[in-house]
Amino acid sequence: MTTIYLDNNATTRIAPEVPNEMLPYLTDLYGNPSSMHTFGGQLYRRIEEARAKVASFIGAEPGEIIFTSCGTESDNTAIMSAVESHPHKKHVVTTRVEHPAVLNLCRHLARKGYRVTFLPVNSLGQLDMDALLKAVDEDTAVASIMYANNETGVIFPIKEISEILKKRGILFHTDAVQAVGKIPIDLKTLPVDMLTLSGHKIHAPKGVGALYVRKGTRFYPYIIGGHQERGRRAGTENVASIIGLGKACELAEKHLREETTYLKTLTDRLESALLKCCPDVRVNGDINNRLPNTANLSFEYVEGEAILLRLNEYGICASSGSACTSGSLEPSHVLRAMGVPYTAVHGSIRFSLSRYNTEKEIDTVIDLMPGVIRALREMSPYGRQTIACPPE
Amino acid sequence: MWEYTEKVKDFFLKPKNVGEIQNPDAVGEVGSIICGDALKLYLKVDKETGKILDAKFQTFGCASAIASSSALTELVKGKTLDEALEISNQDIAEFLGGLPEEKMHCSVMGREALEAAIANYRGEAPRLHEEGNVICKCFDVTEEKIRKVAIENHLTTVDEITNFTKAGGGCGECKPNIEAILRDIWSLKPPEIPQKPKRLTNLHKIALIQEIIEGEIRPGLQADNGDVELIDIDGNKVFLALRGMCTGCLMSDVTIKGIQDKLRELVGEDIVVEAYQ
Repeated sequence: MTTIYLDNNATTRIAPEVPNEMLPYLTDLYGNPSSMHTFGGQLYRRIEEARAKVASFIGAEPGEIIFTSCGTESDNTAIMSAVESHPHKKHVVTTRVEHPAVLNLCRHLARKGYRVTFLPVNSLGQLDMDALLKAVDEDTAVASIMYANNETGVIFPIKEISEILKKRGILFHTDAVQAVGKIPIDLKTLPVDMLTLSGHKIHAPKGVGALYVRKGTRFYPYIIGGHQERGRRAGTENVASIIGLGKACELAEKHLREETTYLKTLTDRLESALLKCCPDVRVNGDINNRLPNTANLSFEYVEGEAILLRLNEYGICASSGSACTSGSLEPSHVLRAMGVPYTAVHGSIRFSLSRYNTEKEIDTVIDLMPGVIRALREMSPYGRQTIACPPE
Repeated sequence: MWEYTEKVKDFFLKPKNVGEIQNPDAVGEVGSIICGDALKLYLKVDKETGKILDAKFQTFGCASAIASSSALTELVKGKTLDEALEISNQDIAEFLGGLPEEKMHCSVMGREALEAAIANYRGEAPRLHEEGNVICKCFDVTEEKIRKVAIENHLTTVDEITNFTKAGGGCGECKPNIEAILRDIWSLKPPEIPQKPKRLTNLHKIALIQEIIEGEIRPGLQADNGDVELIDIDGNKVFLALRGMCTGCLMSDVTIKGIQDKLRELVGEDIVVEAYQ
């Protein structure tokens, strides 16, 4: 059975070019970049080349990129740096739909005595801009607002937000883990102060990420120790993965424009077919401001885990906001923040595509999905509709 | 990813007894679409014998909810209503080769649907929530249910209660209340440790007999200027030699009998004490 991988917001396939580039650093070139001898020291250059590639991809200066171990570390570093370097400011602004890497850190700060504002979103998942304007004040140490949502793909107006916050002198961090590699980002024209990106969401390996810190931003390191990353992130560099991240950024930069169009075509094809073939389906999120690769659909009267495990039988990988898949008993905090009714939250399925998906794969899913939904609805005490896709 | 057994997967992918029964004799409905799982159980019952002739289900829920519902219908078919009521949520889980801890509430839902259906058949009023004792507002779980499930499944921690009933799995506000209920249950009635028949190894038996003779028997005899010495132990036979004033005492048989009674009480019924000649 071949795998049809439509869960790319969770993690992505490593681009085949990436391990090739990494291999020497996992075998012969095992030195420590901090060493005085050439054998180790030469790796420093390679890391700087990777840094330049990452910087170029998002319109930054190489000196503004700090390599980290993952998106979560970058998020934690950014927010903690902001609060540590502004010890008199005791207010943090974020949103109700952030990734747990930001959300739970902010809750942690709230327990430590910080005042935290969790900005609401509307039913389309759009940020309440008025609430943002009202929330920030001179006590605000940082605002951390995601670029695009991992569950719905909804893109926040980061340009507008960053300009407003800049005018007010509020430090602004954005978790762009889902946006980087899917939509163009140019930090030359986008006045955010800090930005998080993650390797494994853009076809690099897991265990590497980066934090962009705009030149001139006050910074306080999160991991304390050696002088690596110019004293901003201690710990011996994950050389091979950093090289891999550099390569992945180079590839993404080269193909971004055509990929965005390709992904949007495939995602729209999948979404419109499922909306047509399955009754009682709704789209979650603002389809006009959305990542080109993400479709979040709610199949009413059926439960998400059951859908996923049926799809699993066909080798189709997706994810769900249902309670049963979360490990907790609470369904998706994002969909609930949007006010999606519980009946629809439990049956929500996220398809997230990548450049490696094909039209044929999408058509296979379009063929199989109505049957899966129909079978589960026939088992359910609620939904009994069995309309299938009309033959074309 | 949940670690489901092959049987759970099988009963989820190819569930048995899905659907409605036309003109059912009993219907049991539990859960709700808001909570994320719901089960409707239909029974056909033989009026003469009280036997369950047929059982079908409709379930909204995850794989383990569907598998548990299907397992329930398989378990009840052919049983009388009274026999069916003996089926516990553990039986449902065991039928499926076990459920992940976090999914035990699926088996509890099955058991509840069965109770509801049988109450429905017997014309008992559906049990309403007693006034004001909903503990978990997120999942609408009553104190009564928490107590029942805790006792039936020997649950002692809040996490276990959440796994089995969902209570506390939402906002978490009720967790202190659940903890108080658990403290209440298990301090009033400590968990019954099933009395395992003591199976002593020879070593343990010998040590125990020595201990009793040294600690309980010799001091009594010594008080009367007598004494006893443990000579040997062979299986259940204990050979003792009476010493001091006991030697040649007319009551020695009574003394030996008394020691035997004591050892039978504390070590085992089969102990035979003999005087060593």
